[in-house]
Amino acid sequence: MSRRKFDEMSDYDSSRDRKRRRTDAVEIEDRLESLIIRVGEKSTSSLESNLEGLASVLEADINNYKSKILKILSDCAVTMPEKTTIYTTLVGLLNAKNYNFGGEFVDMMAKKLKEALKACMWRTARYVLRFFSDMVNCHVISTNSLLQLLHTLLDTARDDNSPQVRSDAYVYAVLSCLPWVGRELYEKKEQDLERLLKHIEIYIRKRTRKHVPGLRVWRSDRPHPQEEYLDCLWAQICKLRADMWQEKHIARPYVAFDSILCEALQHNIPPLTVPPHHPDNTYTFPWVVFRLFDYTDCPEGPVLPGAHSIERYLIEEHLHNILREHHTERKQCAAVLLDFPLKHKIPLEYMIVEVVLAELFHLPTPKYLEICFGSLLIELCKLQPATMPQVLAQAVELLYDRIDTMNVCCHDRFVSWFSYHLSNFQFKWSWDDWLDAAQLDPMHPRAKFIIEVLQRSMRLSYHQRIAEVVPEQFDCFVPAKPEHIFKYGAETAPEMEGGEVAQRLEACIRAKGNPTEVLQILRELPNPLRDGTEDEPSFNPLQVQIFTQVLLHLGSKSFSHSFAGITKFLKTSQNSCHPQLFEVLVGPNEEAQMVLLREMYEVWAKHQQMLVMLTDKLLRSHIASCATVANWIFSKEMQHDFTRSYIWEILHGTIRKMNKHVARLQKEVNEARERHSGRDSDDSSSDEEDSRPRPTEEEIERMEEKLEAVQADQKNLFLIIFQRFIMILSEHLVRCDTDGRDFNTHWYRWTIGRLQEIFMLHNTQVERYSQTLSTLLFTQDLDPHILDAFNQFVALRS
Amino acid sequence: MTSPSVALSSYRDQHFRGSRHLQEHKLLSSCTLYVGNVSFYTTEEQLYELFGRAGDVKRIVMGLDKQRKTPCGFIFVEYFCREDAESCMRYINGTRLDDRIIRCDWDAGFVEGRQYGRGKTGGQVRDEYRTDYDPGRGGYGKIVAQKTVLPQA
Repeated sequence: MSRRKFDEMSDYDSSRDRKRRRTDAVEIEDRLESLIIRVGEKSTSSLESNLEGLASVLEADINNYKSKILKILSDCAVTMPEKTTIYTTLVGLLNAKNYNFGGEFVDMMAKKLKEALKACMWRTARYVLRFFSDMVNCHVISTNSLLQLLHTLLDTARDDNSPQVRSDAYVYAVLSCLPWVGRELYEKKEQDLERLLKHIEIYIRKRTRKHVPGLRVWRSDRPHPQEEYLDCLWAQICKLRADMWQEKHIARPYVAFDSILCEALQHNIPPLTVPPHHPDNTYTFPWVVFRLFDYTDCPEGPVLPGAHSIERYLIEEHLHNILREHHTERKQCAAVLLDFPLKHKIPLEYMIVEVVLAELFHLPTPKYLEICFGSLLIELCKLQPATMPQVLAQAVELLYDRIDTMNVCCHDRFVSWFSYHLSNFQFKWSWDDWLDAAQLDPMHPRAKFIIEVLQRSMRLSYHQRIAEVVPEQFDCFVPAKPEHIFKYGAETAPEMEGGEVAQRLEACIRAKGNPTEVLQILRELPNPLRDGTEDEPSFNPLQVQIFTQVLLHLGSKSFSHSFAGITKFLKTSQNSCHPQLFEVLVGPNEEAQMVLLREMYEVWAKHQQMLVMLTDKLLRSHIASCATVANWIFSKEMQHDFTRSYIWEILHGTIRKMNKHVARLQKEVNEARERHSGRDSDDSSSDEEDSRPRPTEEEIERMEEKLEAVQADQKNLFLIIFQRFIMILSEHLVRCDTDGRDFNTHWYRWTIGRLQEIFMLHNTQVERYSQTLSTLLFTQDLDPHILDAFNQFVALRS
Repeated sequence: MTSPSVALSSYRDQHFRGSRHLQEHKLLSSCTLYVGNVSFYTTEEQLYELFGRAGDVKRIVMGLDKQRKTPCGFIFVEYFCREDAESCMRYINGTRLDDRIIRCDWDAGFVEGRQYGRGKTGGQVRDEYRTDYDPGRGGYGKIVAQKTVLPQA
């Protein structure tokens, strides 16, 4: 018995020891991770001494924690690109002490590069390549080996079977590592470097630039050229080369350790085979570099680096990375931006504003919500009240000055952002500076800008406020008071056909009449479609008109009132014994739906926001279909408002709803398939998943049929919209041709801009139907101006 | 790693039916936000315009004075998905509406009855006790207003 006890005790002891050893190990690993991640941050000691100390600590632990250290270092290399030179120095010091460790690290990074390329993680691949390049400076990698890798990557440029965006990704990666290693290559391998650059130059020259016009924020290159990103970086590298590869921005801690590092033995990067192009691969969209400021815009003080200086590229990249990392926490984001290293050497506020606006105006779509940028700019103004607001005001003035050639998508975003920004600053603005706009055609971009800003500002406040805050010269721009017009009021109803019925209908609904009673009253109305024959008309437009007018009039007090009014006549569990009025009066009949939409517009023409909200409600309640709304937007009745922003708010909202619907059904089908095949789902709600029964093959088939039907609706919606665009644009071009007029009117530019906007905002979904579009609609015989919009969209992925 | 702007505040609804644990669970998965420091005169339209910028709004419930049934300066915003509600916490909380800095906080979900102020005179509790003059929220706090004797002309 005692022996058993002894055995048990010894087991207990050794397991406790094991546990303690494990927790000790985890503690040490955590400590190492913390030390490595935090090296280079603000410290009482110098960076050099911190690096030296850390290298010694790591070297001591290499034997026991090698794989952990390798992993942490390789992760840092990729997730903290602004600290590249710090980590390469660290790796260099470790390599000098332990050659094998250096070799294993190089192998690990090579593997990381290969995986990144295969997974189309182009940013990661770029940072690995940059890290490799800088490791040459730290004597960890041989120059020949790096050059070989760079040439391998550049060979993709010769491949004619893959899209240009693919070779762009590789060439961009190579170019973007040259600021780090250009000098070293120039000193040791000048001819090889020249050969490399020659290859790149040939590639740059033969690239197509079809995608560029659609990605420019401004059509004009005045005052600052808007360059395509690869062209811009190439120009910056050429200038760096002309400056003998001397750049002043990158901190290089390894210089201090040169005597140690040059004693180290170098490694070769294992040869890499570039993964071939696969149709499923995704590549980064090209972009055009946003240029708002140049050095003359900044006051006395640090000079803004020129557009083709490599410093401009490096600083902008860093600022964009800060946004990417911190955009979900605006207070921290603003603080990190304003704490930019080397901030005293540059006009920081100007560069921040330019970068934030670049992201806001980014085409095809911004990376984050527009309000993310709006609230960030407000935060920056809060933290730097003496300088930020002025720089921002200056930016607005410049944007307004250049608005004549601004892309329509960007014009909309500018309006949306500026009105939001003003609403946080009591709508105070130097409106007097813009008085000249009052003389312009209301369709002129400047006039339109002010009209739409006042409209959105009114939505964020109220009519009287906006009317009072602008100078009287802008009275022509102040929006109409957002009131509704009821055709069947006490004075006007008696003269209208069905006016008496309308009044009784109003009284009935006010008295909380049920749908049966309401329908009874409506049935008293004659049907204007009846043409004396036996044929029963498919619907009664007079019923739809009067019902719509009365319902919207009764709900006119607020959105909630209107929504409640509509909901009352939809099918619910409470009123299922009664007829569903919208179903009876309108149903799937597109003409009937059109009458309803037209009548809604008649009631609320002066309240654009209400029209947006009501259309949204009608779509969500399945009273109107997406296709009908699209046709309504392009109908004759809406021509007057066709270039107003709210119309496009409605259309894009409609398309988005359709897209979300398709995405939701797709997700359900995918989940059902996974559950059917018995695979475990990764998400935390897997407990709930397990309790549901596995879907049968039949259920999945039905879901897939439903998905296919909705995808057909989506395709149909895009076809309708594009077809209508082609029709009105062609009509305009032909008419101008016969009349001998210039086709390039304001209307034309807004309309073609709206067409481009459809491609930009919904490019992922439109892509799916690209083939159909090019066969059916965007054919070669189409007017080149219209065809261009389609070709620019296609060029995003080619 | 919790993101500070979307973290729960220390406020817990004392009228919540259920355990603290349940309330927290609901708060952590909620798509509904409470918004405070709203002006009595802010309209539904303004609210949809601002809050619609974080995502599609499912519904907005205006907080009402229990006796007068007029807006008393708070609202509930419900989004269709959690992600949009989080965007609201990140980008709209702490910015201005009707010139006032509004404050957003997670809410366990709207239940009939919660649209009424819980102050003794019908509005929000905070308007009972505050001592400043706020024209957007009925002037002086209720207790202060009752104590003030208006000077004769």
